Parts: sequence; C-alpha cells; structure tokens
Amino acid sequence: MVTTSPSLISEGAALRVHGVSKRFVSPDRSEFTALDNVSLSVKPGQLVSLVGPSGCGKSTLLRMIAGLETPDSGDLLVGTEKITAPCASRGLVFQDPNLFPWLTVRKNVQAGPTARGVRNETKQEVEEFIRLVGLENFADAFPHHLSGGMAQRVALARALINHPQILLLDEPLGALDAFTRMRMQDEVLRLWRARGTTMIFVTHDIDEAIYMSDSIVIMSPRPGRIEEIIPVELERPRDRSSAEFLALRGRILKMLHFAGDEH
Amino acid sequence: MAESSSSVASASPESVAVAPALHRGWLAKIGFPLAVAVAYGIHLSISKEEPPVETRNYSILLAILGGLGLFAGILQFFLTGFRRWMQEMWPILAVAVLLFSVAEIVTTGVRLLPLPYFPSPPKILQSAIDDRVLIWESTYHSLFLLARGYMLGVLMGLITGVSIGWFRTARYWGMPVMKIVGPIPATAWIPLALILSPSATLSAICLIAIAVWFPVTMLTASGIANTRSSYLDVAKTLGAKPSYLIFRVAIPAAMPNIFLGLFMGLGAAFLTLVVAETVGVKSGLGWYLGWAREWAEYGKVFAALGIMAIFFSTIMTGLFALRDRVLVWQKGTIKW
Repeated sequence: MVTTSPSLISEGAALRVHGVSKRFVSPDRSEFTALDNVSLSVKPGQLVSLVGPSGCGKSTLLRMIAGLETPDSGDLLVGTEKITAPCASRGLVFQDPNLFPWLTVRKNVQAGPTARGVRNETKQEVEEFIRLVGLENFADAFPHHLSGGMAQRVALARALINHPQILLLDEPLGALDAFTRMRMQDEVLRLWRARGTTMIFVTHDIDEAIYMSDSIVIMSPRPGRIEEIIPVELERPRDRSSAEFLALRGRILKMLHFAGDEH
Repeated sequence: MAESSSSVASASPESVAVAPALHRGWLAKIGFPLAVAVAYGIHLSISKEEPPVETRNYSILLAILGGLGLFAGILQFFLTGFRRWMQEMWPILAVAVLLFSVAEIVTTGVRLLPLPYFPSPPKILQSAIDDRVLIWESTYHSLFLLARGYMLGVLMGLITGVSIGWFRTARYWGMPVMKIVGPIPATAWIPLALILSPSATLSAICLIAIAVWFPVTMLTASGIANTRSSYLDVAKTLGAKPSYLIFRVAIPAAMPNIFLGLFMGLGAAFLTLVVAETVGVKSGLGWYLGWAREWAEYGKVFAALGIMAIFFSTIMTGLFALRDRVLVWQKGTIKW
C-alpha cells in the first residue's frame, strides 16, 4: 500500500481486530448475529472506510473498537494492548454531533481535557482547536444556535483535542447537505493529513468512501461479515469524476448488488 | 408608534420572538392613571359615610398610585424599555385597580355581602397597616421555616433522586419505597410528626421537607435515568470517569426535569407550610390567618391572604428566574 503515508510522522496507532463475533438478543427474544468472525488489520495513520447495508454490523464494530461494547469472542488490539473499556485515546464521532447542549462550544471542546483532569494545561489548545474548525466567533454560543455542519465541526474538535491514536467516525457527515458534506470531507482529510491519526470511517456513501479512504471494507449483513477489503490507490486529492474513480465505484456497487445486476 | 416598534425590533435578537405588545393605543398610555382616578372617585363617593380613620389610608394609597401613574406616563417618553414594559403591564394594573373598586362597590357601596365576613378594601388595608408589626414578623417566620424545610427537602430529594436514577441497586430497593410511601400527602404525617419531634418547628421543617422530597426525587430520578445514552457514550470516549458521568453529564441533562420537581415541590411546600402553621407552629402567616379568624377580624384574614399571595408569588418568580439562568442553554425550547 501507500508507504509514504503520513503514518511515518503519525500519532496514529495500529489496530487489529481478530476473529470478533457478537450476538444480540432483540426485544422479541430472537437472537441475531451482528458480527460473525470478523478480522481486520489497520496500519497506523490509515484511513479505512466501512461500507455496507444497514444491519451489517459496522456500527457495532465501531462501538467495539471504542470499547463501548465487548465482543462475545475474539480480540481487539491497539498496538499490542487489548481493548477492554472506552479510552480517551480512541475518539468517537457520531452522525448526530451529540454536543452537550448545556455547554458552550468552548466548554464542549474542553470536555475531554476536563474529564481527564488536564483542563488548565490545555486552555491554549482549546482555542487553537476552535480556530482549527473555524468557529472562533461561536466559542461562547450554545449548541442550539449552531447549524448541523458547525455542530459536527465542534464534535470533531472535541474528539481531536484528546489527540486520539484512533478516531472512529460513525457516519459523521450523514446528516449534512451535499455541499456542506463535500466541504467537511476535505476538512476531515486536512485534519487527518495534519495529524496522522488512524481513522475508521463508517459511511453509506460509496463516493465518500472512495474519495477519502486508503482502503474500503465492504461488509454484508445477517450475519455481519467482511465481504472484501479494497485498497484505493488513487492519487490525492482525488477527482470524483475521473475514470478510475468511476470504475472503482462501479466495482463496489456491483459487489453490493446495486449496479446493473439482472434480478 | 411605528418608530417604537422598530426600536424594539432592533433592541436585541431575543425580543423578536416575544409577541408584539397588544395594546398600543392612547388607552394603554393613560389607562392606569385613568383607572386610578375612577377608583378614587368611586371611593370618595362610597365612603363618605364611613369613619375617616378606616378610609383615609386607602385614599392616600390611591393618590400615590395616581401620582406614580402620571409620573410613569411622562417617564415613558424618555425610556424606550420602560415604555415597552408599560404597554405590556398597564392594562393589567388598570384592571386590577378597577377590581378593587368593584369590591368596594359590592361591600360598602351596595352591601351585597354579609358584613363582618367581607370587609371593604379600605378596611383590609387599614387592618394590614394596624397589624403591620405582627404581619411582618409572621412573614419572616414563614419565610425562615419555608427556607429550612425546602432546602432540606431539595437536598434529600436530589441525593435520593440521583441515586435511584443512576444506580440499579438503589433503583431496585428505592423505587418501591418511593412508590408506596411517596404519594402520602405530607400533611398526613402531622400526627406522627407531633409525637416524634421535640419541637413544633422541627416537625414543621420535616413535614415541608417530606412534601418537597417526593416530587424532587421522582423527577430527578426519571431525568437521570433518561439521560441520552449517546451523551454518556461520548463522554466515556472522551475519557470520563464515573464522577464526570454523574455530575457533568447526567445531572445537567436532567436539569429540566429537576426544575419541574423543584416547582412541584415548592407548591407542596407552600401547602404544607400553611397547614403546619395552622395546627402546630405558633407563628407565621398560616398561624396569623387562623388567629385572625378566631377573633373574627376578617379584615386581617383578607390582609393575610393578600400578603400570602405576594409572598408565595415572589418566591415562585424567584425560582422561575433561577430556572431561566440555569437553563439558559435551553432558551427558546421551554414553554412553561
């Protein structure tokens, strides 16, 4: 794969998911298998997308990497360390920004340092991060004054200020309009390049996955499995209308049975 | 008038959401002094026959109100914010003054209501002035008692509420107790409280605290238990420890609910306060009310009711102001 990736200067960490399975019991007592023997390896500083129809377990996998769920079997490792509980070194950004509505933008960004007891040491940094996501004029605003894109930028800043080794993004741009979305894609890429964080990115949008990722993990539902891992070796910044881009897009759509398949 | 509305719109972005003042006509500008003048005329013509000692202070009060009304009418030409407040409040105040006139007509004027029980407004005012020291002391005692009972109840309610809302064991054991013991009206504990407690004041504090404790506990617990799990997930991935999750996520998230409990608790506290003062404690407005009734001094009864109305509504207003400060982040989403 791309050897001159920012991983060389990165704070990102390697992630290994090894034979992970997870079953859930639904309210009507029927069991279903969210993840079935899933294995995945991500190099430090890589940006990997998880793509697949709903119910394929991509969010469950992400929550497991965050430490919010525990696998029934299998291991998840960051570097050589097993994931057992949530940790500030693994940030998570949801589709809904989930800003704390009772805190101003500044205090939301500050939430991580406050929780870790390093608030005073990071005052300067908080301001830098607010500037990084372009919200210096809204530092004292409450979340209900922000647009969806602005709120998601705050959520990114709030996750990034902890300097996570791995940043998990669960459809973070899913609720945004097409233009804001493309702008935010570039913003995430800029942050990723600047910091070399390992990123795992769940998305429904195949264009977004191709545009952003080093490799795309195609998942299939019932039971949740990894169908295929496709490396994306296009030059960055990527041209969404280039022939290679479109060819890759067609290949993935076919894999997901959306493109030109006769029924 | 056009320029007054535009200046309001540019004053602050928040005032845009406020409904425009309903009353902008000339009546809104002089309505209140006019109402006072009418009330004054009615008062003079009705109370001619009454002993002047009983009516003079009411005349003075109306004269002062009229003077203030005229002064305000002049002041509004210089202060825009005051003008807006005036336009909002004048009709209400004018009608309030006229209602007192109606009361005066019904009592002293046509003597429609049986007499010692329904004194006229001037007599009520005179009773309040005659008894001002005792009324002041009673108000002070009530306030002090209420404050101690309410604080204690809120404190207990927050502790039990957060525990039941957050810890599953506390919920399992605490909820049945709450469901069975909680709905008993606090006043029903009075017999027990009088036996158990060494002093009437202490038992009254405990009764008020119990009255407050139940709604605060229930609403705090439900607020904490219903904290959006994604807030907690986010906080955990940010490195939060359990204390952060409780005090900086669950409690702030539950704050709107907690305030509902505080309001319900305050209402229950007022009720319990008055009952406790009527049956046990020998001071306070509740006691004063009963004492005045026993002496058949109905002017004082109504005076006490009036003072209570002011006393309780002021405290309520204070709690509303506190809520608006604490829940400023909700601005625009709450309507109660």
